[in-house]
Amino acid sequence: MNPEKALMTDESEAPEILAPSEPHTQTRIDVSAVAAMAGQRADTETVFECGDINVYYGDFLALRDVTLDIAAHEVTAFIGPSGCGKTTFLRCFNRMNDLIEGARVDGTIHYHGVNLYQDEVDPVEVRRRVGMVFQKPNPFPKSIYDNIAYGPRLAGVKRSALDDVVEGSLTRAALWDEVKDRLKMSAYGLSGGQQQRLCIARAIAVQPDVVLMDEPCSALDPIATGRIEELIAELKTEYTIIIVTHNMQQAARISDMTAFFSVQANEMGHRTGELVEYAPTSLIFTNPDDPRTEAYITGRVG
Amino acid sequence: MPQDTSDLSVADLRTSASRRAWSAGARWAFALAALATVLVSALIIWTVASGAWTFISQVAWGNLTEIGWFPRRGLFDLSTLLVNSAQISIIAMLVAVPSGFGAAIYLSEYAHPKVRKVMKPTLELLASVPSVVLGVFAISFITPSILTNFFDDINFFNKLAAGIAVGLLVIPLIASIAEDALRAVPVALREASSGLGARKVTTSIRVVLPAAMSGLMAAIIVGFSRAIGETMVVTIASGGGDTSLFNLALTESGGTITSAMAALGLGTDQVAGNNLAFQSLYFLGALLFAITLVLNMLGDVIVRRLQNKY
Repeated sequence: MNPEKALMTDESEAPEILAPSEPHTQTRIDVSAVAAMAGQRADTETVFECGDINVYYGDFLALRDVTLDIAAHEVTAFIGPSGCGKTTFLRCFNRMNDLIEGARVDGTIHYHGVNLYQDEVDPVEVRRRVGMVFQKPNPFPKSIYDNIAYGPRLAGVKRSALDDVVEGSLTRAALWDEVKDRLKMSAYGLSGGQQQRLCIARAIAVQPDVVLMDEPCSALDPIATGRIEELIAELKTEYTIIIVTHNMQQAARISDMTAFFSVQANEMGHRTGELVEYAPTSLIFTNPDDPRTEAYITGRVG
Repeated sequence: MPQDTSDLSVADLRTSASRRAWSAGARWAFALAALATVLVSALIIWTVASGAWTFISQVAWGNLTEIGWFPRRGLFDLSTLLVNSAQISIIAMLVAVPSGFGAAIYLSEYAHPKVRKVMKPTLELLASVPSVVLGVFAISFITPSILTNFFDDINFFNKLAAGIAVGLLVIPLIASIAEDALRAVPVALREASSGLGARKVTTSIRVVLPAAMSGLMAAIIVGFSRAIGETMVVTIASGGGDTSLFNLALTESGGTITSAMAALGLGTDQVAGNNLAFQSLYFLGALLFAITLVLNMLGDVIVRRLQNKY
């Protein structure tokens, strides 16, 4: 549907949709139980357990009381309207919010049982395990080879082993055949879609456990988007993937679990995001629990 | 109330003659102002070039490579001045580039916005210290309080102190340009690096610095041409006399292109009318002009070659 139209619908219907009918109580959603309900695999290991995550930018509350679990080797999608805090939440998983001046995260995220938000945890160590792909392709102004080799070099991979790491990462990112003859050329010579696959290859070159993707296709055309989606489907056998997307069809196509976030404005006009519903993707798109989710996915709002 | 437009004629919409004259006059005045700057530049080049030509066409070529710079005796050894200029500028860059880049990295990558807000203007304040003050600082502090501790036989006037003082003068210039270059590097590149598990220092050195390379080269080149053109510090701290014997020792005094010009320009009657001494002033001017021009063009080429479109 036409985005402008969607925006207009949002304005006209937003008050009704956003008005809190009753205080929304958030209970922990047990991934395996819900997945079992949906007739999907039930034997999933939990990678992240988030408890009462609140994120502040200065005094302003950007995201309220999010509690959910992320399962291993699944694609978990975060969807919701702009400003609902889904990107903010994504950046909690590798402590990327630490880099933003004035950002503060309250609550706990247990990563394989270890709380990431305790004093002893070094965010750099977290990011070596939880990689990230950004909204706009952001290759370094270096050669294709050096882009991929950057992370492994930091991790101390020997020079002799680098060639294999670079080839392996590019192959897994389905880019090897296109770039194998120009590894020493600037990454800026690649098309937007190739650059994004390069960034994915760069992220997996450090052999992370989890890959976070922040709207990785929003700057790409449909063909490039299709290739990235195929790639995500393949990568999930090795990695746990959390993806933020504006594109509901994309979430429906590629994800196993979907979390829908919404945004609520207080009397001061501050907009705070919150988790509305978290369920297996097949459920959320066919039989959502919350009327706000239904309104969003059917295109009546957002 | 709407205007009455029932009997509108061309006359109503015409500009008055005086207003038209005023507009045309203003246009000419501005054009003249622009032209004047071009004319003045052309005049300077003409004066310098014709003076330099007089010198070149009349000087005995052998005297351009004799023992030192003694214009009143007709000895114009260019290597003396060139070597001194180069030595002092290089010392200045050795002082200014590390501290200037260091300050730039701190301000752009580490400093809290509040700290930066205070620190950057303070740094730029150093740029407003008059060079004559820095020249005096060199002979009243750098040489007697610092350099004498390391060199027993150091001359009161010496190239080392002059180079250090010129370096101090150039730090804010280099730091300021470098900081702008570093801040122009998109946040997305820093995030990409952090996302791969790089620490801040690694990100700064391996990603931000290379990405800003063209701007950093520009900072170095602008700094170098500022250093080689600096006159007052050098004249006070190293090359005050109008004569200079060729030597390579940094602990000795020595005149540079600029200080030799300053000495000649003082125009004592010993100089005026005495052989080619006065014309050598123009020749040195042309030489300096050519050096800085080449430097700037070189800088342009390097900057363009290194330019990244992030």
